[in-house]
Amino acid sequence: MKYLKFLLIVIILFPLSSVNAEENDKRNKITKNLRCLICQGQSVYDSDSEFANSLKIVVDKKLQEGLSEDQIYEYFKNKYGEWILYDPGLNKNTYILWLLPILIFLIGGAIIYKSFIVKK
Amino acid sequence: MKNKILPFSVIIIFGIIFFIFYKGLEDSKIYTPDVNIKKEIPVFNIKEFFSGENVKSSGIFELDKFYLLNIWSSWCVPCRQEHPLLMNLNLENKLNIIGMNYKDNLKNAENFLKELGNPYKEIFIDLDGTIAIEWGAYGVPESFLIYNNEIIKKYIGPLNQELVDEINLFIK
Repeated sequence: MKYLKFLLIVIILFPLSSVNAEENDKRNKITKNLRCLICQGQSVYDSDSEFANSLKIVVDKKLQEGLSEDQIYEYFKNKYGEWILYDPGLNKNTYILWLLPILIFLIGGAIIYKSFIVKK
Repeated sequence: MKNKILPFSVIIIFGIIFFIFYKGLEDSKIYTPDVNIKKEIPVFNIKEFFSGENVKSSGIFELDKFYLLNIWSSWCVPCRQEHPLLMNLNLENKLNIIGMNYKDNLKNAENFLKELGNPYKEIFIDLDGTIAIEWGAYGVPESFLIYNNEIIKKYIGPLNQELVDEINLFIK
């Protein structure tokens, strides 16, 4: 009987803890990509300011409501603008940021091709 | 001719990079929110300060009336500075000032109002700061001028006489 009780407790607790762990991972991932607006240079995850603590609660609430990661980013972007995201999407303000490395890579490749391969 | 392409490309690439970094220097590194926003007010449930009753946001703001939502706290020093201005603004019949008490000890908040006066038509409590986030606020004090369920203007930091004059112009 004792073993049965123990087994029952393990069965009940095990899935719960794994669900919690999954949610925690997701929460940590999201808060690491959110900028703390009053303590710049720090993510919401790293910060312990009043603002960051409230933001963490909101992220938890939104996750419980069943929102996806992208929907949560969209929610905060809507409230505070693109600045709150550490990993901004491609838009008119950030296209240089995204396209410049590709451009430099292509120009660099062209130079190497011209000066080394064509010369041969 | 071929020999000239390489230095020429290098100069152009450095030029572009220099231009981008130079432009980046001009941008503010401090979060500067857009204050002239025409945004719908958020939907939320909140506790009333004195009764502790839960109230829906739709029951707070009526159409065709001006509201000033002021986020305040007894521990916030700039709130103390702007409080006399709110007391003056309260004399304007056209403006309804709504208070949102942010992450505060209720006893301290009550003492704050006893000491400096209560300019608010209604006061609500945001104990964990999540409702302030719904409003897009990130600290105290912050004020939002609202008309027809829309935020007309956001005031970050304490109000001053200049801003109060501006609010008076809006509600005229």
